[in-house]
Amino acid sequence: MISQQHKELAQWALKFALENGCSDARISINSGTNNSFEYRDTQLDKLEQSSENSMNIQLFVDGRFASFSTNRMDKNELERFISQGIETARLLEKDEFRKLPDPSRYYKGDGKGLDIFDVNFDNISVDDKIALIRNANLEVYGTDERLISVSSGYSDGTDNSYMIVSNGFEGESATTYFSLYSETSMKGEGDARPSSDWFDSAIFWERLQKSGIAKKAFERTLRKLGQVKIESGVYPMLIDNTQITRLLSPLISALYGSSIQQKNSFLIGKLDESIVSDKFTLIDDPHIPQARGARWFDAEGVATKKRHVIENGVLKMYYIDTYTGAKLNMEPTIQSPSILTCQHGDKNFDQLLASMERGIWVTGFNGGNSNSTTGDFSFGIEGFLIENGKMVKPLSEMNITGNLLTLWKNIIEVGNDPRNISSWRIPSILFNGVNFSGI
Amino acid sequence: MKRRDFLRTGGLALAGSVIFPKMVYADITSQKKDLPKMLDHFGVSESDLRKVMTVALEKGGDYADLFFEHTFYNNLTLQDGKVNRAGANIDFGVGVRVVSGDQTGYAFVENVDLEEMIRAARTASRIASGTAKTPPINIEEKTFKNFYPIINSWENESVQTRIPYLQKLNERIFALDPRVIKVNASMNDSTSYILYFNSEGLLCHDARPMAVLSAMCIMQQGDKIENASSSRAARKDVSFLTDALIEEIAQEAVKDAALMFEAIKPKGGEMPVVMGAGGSGILLHEAIGHAFEADFNRKNISIFSDKLGKKICDEHINVVDSGTIEFARGAVNFDDEGVAGQKTYIVKDGVLNSYLHDRISAKFYGVAPTGNGRRQSFRFMPIPRMRVTYMESGNYSEEEIISSVKQGVFVNKFTNGQVQIGAGDFTFFVKSGYLIENGKLTQPIKDINIIGNGPKALADITMVGNNLKIDQGAGTCGKDGQGMPVSLGMPSALIKSLTVGGE
Repeated sequence: MISQQHKELAQWALKFALENGCSDARISINSGTNNSFEYRDTQLDKLEQSSENSMNIQLFVDGRFASFSTNRMDKNELERFISQGIETARLLEKDEFRKLPDPSRYYKGDGKGLDIFDVNFDNISVDDKIALIRNANLEVYGTDERLISVSSGYSDGTDNSYMIVSNGFEGESATTYFSLYSETSMKGEGDARPSSDWFDSAIFWERLQKSGIAKKAFERTLRKLGQVKIESGVYPMLIDNTQITRLLSPLISALYGSSIQQKNSFLIGKLDESIVSDKFTLIDDPHIPQARGARWFDAEGVATKKRHVIENGVLKMYYIDTYTGAKLNMEPTIQSPSILTCQHGDKNFDQLLASMERGIWVTGFNGGNSNSTTGDFSFGIEGFLIENGKMVKPLSEMNITGNLLTLWKNIIEVGNDPRNISSWRIPSILFNGVNFSGI
Repeated sequence: MKRRDFLRTGGLALAGSVIFPKMVYADITSQKKDLPKMLDHFGVSESDLRKVMTVALEKGGDYADLFFEHTFYNNLTLQDGKVNRAGANIDFGVGVRVVSGDQTGYAFVENVDLEEMIRAARTASRIASGTAKTPPINIEEKTFKNFYPIINSWENESVQTRIPYLQKLNERIFALDPRVIKVNASMNDSTSYILYFNSEGLLCHDARPMAVLSAMCIMQQGDKIENASSSRAARKDVSFLTDALIEEIAQEAVKDAALMFEAIKPKGGEMPVVMGAGGSGILLHEAIGHAFEADFNRKNISIFSDKLGKKICDEHINVVDSGTIEFARGAVNFDDEGVAGQKTYIVKDGVLNSYLHDRISAKFYGVAPTGNGRRQSFRFMPIPRMRVTYMESGNYSEEEIISSVKQGVFVNKFTNGQVQIGAGDFTFFVKSGYLIENGKLTQPIKDINIIGNGPKALADITMVGNNLKIDQGAGTCGKDGQGMPVSLGMPSALIKSLTVGGE
């Protein structure tokens, strides 16, 4: 939780800014602790521990705007810092659109109910944490002569924030995280040393999966041995729940008001139009208790609420903050996504895989990018050739190329298996007609 | 976790930062006489350094170091014709590292309170478990050649110095092509003051400037919209900003955006690829550079782990990673472990000559560190990283190389790349290039990924041009969660076969 001392410092900074020339200001303080430990083979390789603080200061001065941050929390330095910030802001050009949200849009609750902080955080011993990664390595170390290396890492931390705004918002949030990962490397064909990893993360220590992580990393590496590339062609593509966000992310970026206003989006003017397959419904659902990404308000203090982003393929919203809303002359919505969920289909991953006659299951991306104004994409991939619902051979060194809107229109089926450890809870999805480049 | 990313900074991708009309701190340069000023700047004495070091070594660590950093970041952006957003960030702290064998303990604090520094040292010391080592008795102050001297430091310069350049950049881009509909321009600059002390008694300091000017140009032709970004980066002070620089960026952004309307996606598959001079250094960075970083090889997980001293490509090929190119974004006077910036031949006459070492890997291999131990900030432990990575010139002209290809692609603009260290598969994303048909550049191409395998791609380089160019763009390399400024360079070169994305 944020300390009373930090809250008072933020309140003081707000007062100081307003008394020294700001018409409005937004002050936030973030503090956190981080611990991480890594085990390589049979010994502890790294330990890192730290705590940090920072203050972010957004100043509205004579119709102008500037934003500053520092980890120097001394009042004398902050006075000089804020005064100089005000002086700097005055040298900028006026921006009539830069203003605070209407106070009616602010979150006004007591901040309770999301349950995203583990109160036992400080009670977990370093020995227990190190035992986790030692045991993880022991799951696979020495079990296969082709195994070159196994590394397991544990990290945990707290993130606390407090924000106060001159036109009436005050709010705070705090969350904890715990994560465990393993990575294994094996001797492959020739000089290749393929590797793969697996991980789990949780808001609560008790929910963190504490065994089986290294074993799964090893299995994922093992099945990659002997990767090949196959002939170029158009194949159905199954993307599993660990990778699907890579293809969703550029779609979400194109929905930001700043992208729309700067004409840097392939989704300009598409509101209420069908943009993707009618099998796809995407929901922003910010208030799921005990979930990563849950929040009552965004970075402006504006209250979050459940919204349909895409409903049966039809685009229902852009992410519009106060500034871009004013510039676009549109009603603001919310600055950014919180928790993205998806209307599930009927099949689990295994059933989706079994339904493929001949296609490619993509298990990982290797580089690539997309064009933000056209939606054209090209990504390197690895995965497996699937024939008659069975894995036939591991693939690598291939590219997929196409257009995001075409791709998302070509959904054959949405799965029902989202991995709920991240804030984007998107299940595996089977697409049709994807261009793969190989031999 | 072994994927390494390279991202070219385009448009407004950099994190926020601060602008001061007048900064309070002194003009510290890398000269010996400035050491007392630097100690004073950080508010520590030699006695404090010894006390913290004593605690760092109290559990028997083999080696320890203290890395003090004070960085001033500024940023200024232009959007919709107005320079209407300024930002700044101050980052201050000290990292304490203790090494025991090849194990590392690390902790940092955001102030120089002696008690807190000692607490951090105690945390980091726990990586070791033995009897206390003796801290250094004699402190040896060392100076290094300065590859990026500062005359007018950014934090002493008003925002008014920067504003006219962004305005000019905006005006020039709009003036160059009537199809331009939006311009985003940004100026990011910083100065980092570093004080470094280690358990061998080495004490040194540095002042590291960085400047990045970027523009994104958005163009509309009929109902089609395309964009292109251009950036220039250097370890330079205020002298970085010139009219010539503005013209260069404006011309490049407009030319590249206009080309996108004519460009197509090629038919995908395996084909010869001609890399243009300059930014094509991304090939070296991804295909081999990361795999030569010694931490991966020390752990035996790089595809090049068994290749030291062996021939890996044509004998005419030399690949260098250097910290000594004046004002280059990847230059280092000394790395973040107090090792002098130097020129390292990774590949010499086709033979794998040296890995890129930090102190841990150098000790492991029994060689001298190469000055590649770098860290994003005091929050991170140093690890082997590239600096300015390039291939030396060969004998062919670019025309000769292109004319040798019957059917393939020529590529020279990139946005990002990635590599899998163990498998060796690397990729880079081509923003634009051309088809090569019967030895001639024909149709422009765009937005395709190219993928290959490092050792094979290196062995497949059959022609190297005589036109080495160090790219001046703002490249940032990602590894283990740390972003690091790097530079790239390449003469034109032919790779016999890579897999090109396409439809």
